[in-house]
Amino acid sequence: MSEQNTSMAKSSASAQPLVPIKSALPWLAAIAFLLFLPVVFPSGAALTIMNQMAMTIIFALAYNMLLGQAGMLSFGHAVYMGLGGFFCMHLLNQVEYNELYLPLPLLPVFGGLFGLFFAFLIGSFSTRRAGTVFAMISLGVGELIAACSIIIVVFFGGEEGVSGDRTMGPEVFGFDFASQQEVYYLTAIWLILAALGMYLFSRTPIGRIANAVRDNEERAEFLGYSQRNVRWISFCASGFFCGIAGALFAINFEILTEENLNLATSGSILLITFLGGVGFFIGPVIGAVVFTLLQTVLSLYTEIWQLYLGILFVLTVMFFPAGLTGLLAMHLRPWKLGKIGLLANPYAKMLAPALVLVGSGVALMEILFHARHASLGEEEMNLFGITFNSQDWLPTIVVVAIGAGAFYLVRLLAPQVKEAWDMANHAEGQ
Amino acid sequence: MSLFIVNILDGLVTGLLLFMLCSGLTLIFSMMGVLNFAHASFYMLGAYFGYQISTYVGFWPGLILAPIIVGFIGAAVERYGLRRVHKFGHVPELIFTFGLALLIEEVVQYFWGKSQMAFEAPGVLKFAAFSIAGNAFPAYKVFMIFIAMGVFLVLLYILTKTRIGMIIQAALSYPETVQNLGHNVPMIFMGVFGVGTAMAAIAGVIAGPVLGTFPGMAVLLGSIVFVTIVIGGLGSLWGALVASLLIGWLQTFAAAYNLRMADLLVAIGLTEPVDVAQSMLSDLWTLTLPQVGPILPYLLMIIVLVIRPNGLLGKRET
Repeated sequence: MSEQNTSMAKSSASAQPLVPIKSALPWLAAIAFLLFLPVVFPSGAALTIMNQMAMTIIFALAYNMLLGQAGMLSFGHAVYMGLGGFFCMHLLNQVEYNELYLPLPLLPVFGGLFGLFFAFLIGSFSTRRAGTVFAMISLGVGELIAACSIIIVVFFGGEEGVSGDRTMGPEVFGFDFASQQEVYYLTAIWLILAALGMYLFSRTPIGRIANAVRDNEERAEFLGYSQRNVRWISFCASGFFCGIAGALFAINFEILTEENLNLATSGSILLITFLGGVGFFIGPVIGAVVFTLLQTVLSLYTEIWQLYLGILFVLTVMFFPAGLTGLLAMHLRPWKLGKIGLLANPYAKMLAPALVLVGSGVALMEILFHARHASLGEEEMNLFGITFNSQDWLPTIVVVAIGAGAFYLVRLLAPQVKEAWDMANHAEGQ
Repeated sequence: MSLFIVNILDGLVTGLLLFMLCSGLTLIFSMMGVLNFAHASFYMLGAYFGYQISTYVGFWPGLILAPIIVGFIGAAVERYGLRRVHKFGHVPELIFTFGLALLIEEVVQYFWGKSQMAFEAPGVLKFAAFSIAGNAFPAYKVFMIFIAMGVFLVLLYILTKTRIGMIIQAALSYPETVQNLGHNVPMIFMGVFGVGTAMAAIAGVIAGPVLGTFPGMAVLLGSIVFVTIVIGGLGSLWGALVASLLIGWLQTFAAAYNLRMADLLVAIGLTEPVDVAQSMLSDLWTLTLPQVGPILPYLLMIIVLVIRPNGLLGKRET
């Protein structure tokens, strides 16, 4: 949060124009980028992935309003996105069957309001405490509503869920949103609006006080702020943006099921946000993009991609609790000192052995998995373009030998990287 | 009446099984102030190891060996994982154990696949211990009751009557003072974590043949375990016992009595609409108690937390 503190100090020190060019630039770049993406990737599959990404980004940013900015760990956040989505689906059905006049682009507003309503309701008792108690209540509420979704058939549609048709509403400027492209632009516009809204929220006094409550709730209380109300307001705001993501989900997939509410969905958003990095506003965005890409690409090539993600997640928590963004931000200081060049050589040397080490680890797991689960007569497996019999001992031995060699090299080179890192972070005259 | 007694006994089995997990979890919580999200995963590991060992040398060695192996894995997780994350704060600790729970589930699927294992109760215990009005009560369930009671009594004895137990209790409240008196407090923490996970593994081995040994068993029980210790009061052993039995009976009775919501609504003077299926409130009229059963523990937790944020017997602020 040091980045935010310094910017606060700056803004109070000197009067600034209403919208400083420097802080508007990244947003303009993001808008331009989103507008041109479909030109580069026009295929239907790519558009679906990009829509998925946009929704995940909104959801992850909303989740980080709690985890990163207010220090609240929620294990049941899928509920607010899911409930917002379910309500929007019913609204869409009202549009279709009861001639309700509601242009599709405005649907996320209602999704957000539903999310807000439920966050207000549940937050009224869950935000009284932070930390473990909040986490447990969020888990309980999440499980409760996920279990209800099978019992209350009228609203949640039981096991087959609720589906609808987005194209039945009034046309807006001649668009009926039947094509993926139109839906993409609708999603992209809402992504920008929601992200901007959440960014501005983090800059308001209430957003700042949320940081204070996260860091030391007692001191915030002594300053005259009710920690409970601060948490409640953050929770409601987060619920609102989750609802928007839910509405976009309803528009994109036209179906919502129990899966949108359950613990697996709540868990994966925690994973995404944490992988991206909770300490920075941009963190969840990076997390969502990387996770969606990993999920799409890895699941094409391997059956055990969830195992890899699990390993990646646990390693991140243990060694890089600041996430991917934190890893990048670590290099800001050498960059500012003009010594980033010192790191290039040791990094380049380290790259090959590190890649081989990871590769041999992956190969070992794939071979063992294949050897254990392959059906009879299908002992041949293909890995990195090489075909061999997974039941033999030879491939395993070769992979272990290569991995051990790479591990030795990594250990050998590690002191050099450490030394270069210390050098690069050392300012002259200190 | 006889059905009532059978349900009391069945609920006791479920409750005591829950308690074997909750007691370890609550001990670990009062020690480190962090809820071990992966606790139910150690229960699952216990069941799988018990199954794997039972295929080589039979059920009984598995009952001894699996908890020992899981206990060592638990101790290693504390030593090399949690202790490392501890310095980042409570929230990263909780996230770490959550990630561990995901990882253990994936690892179990990696080695044993997604289908249910053929883990069976030992042949010696495959007879009806007694029967109540024609309902046979299997000897294996009696065995489960005795194991769970035995574990609880041993735990209680060690914690309250022995020197080790006194050191552990002291280390929970005043770790620095105990450290200054020359005791190895990190070692005690590691030991308690190991014993807690080993108890979960015992529960896993004895529950595996009855509740099924499959990759979803941790998630299925995990949330209920958290709900139970929150209801009982975080860190309270007696609270965990009361809440476990309460939840055990709640679930058993809800599953056994087919009360219909419609009967209740008629009893308070409402009339059932003719075309129930078309009505907006159709779910309200067609609900039955067994359907509502799974959500009762969560409802109970929310009610308890709203009325008594510290849980039934909890004293600690968290």
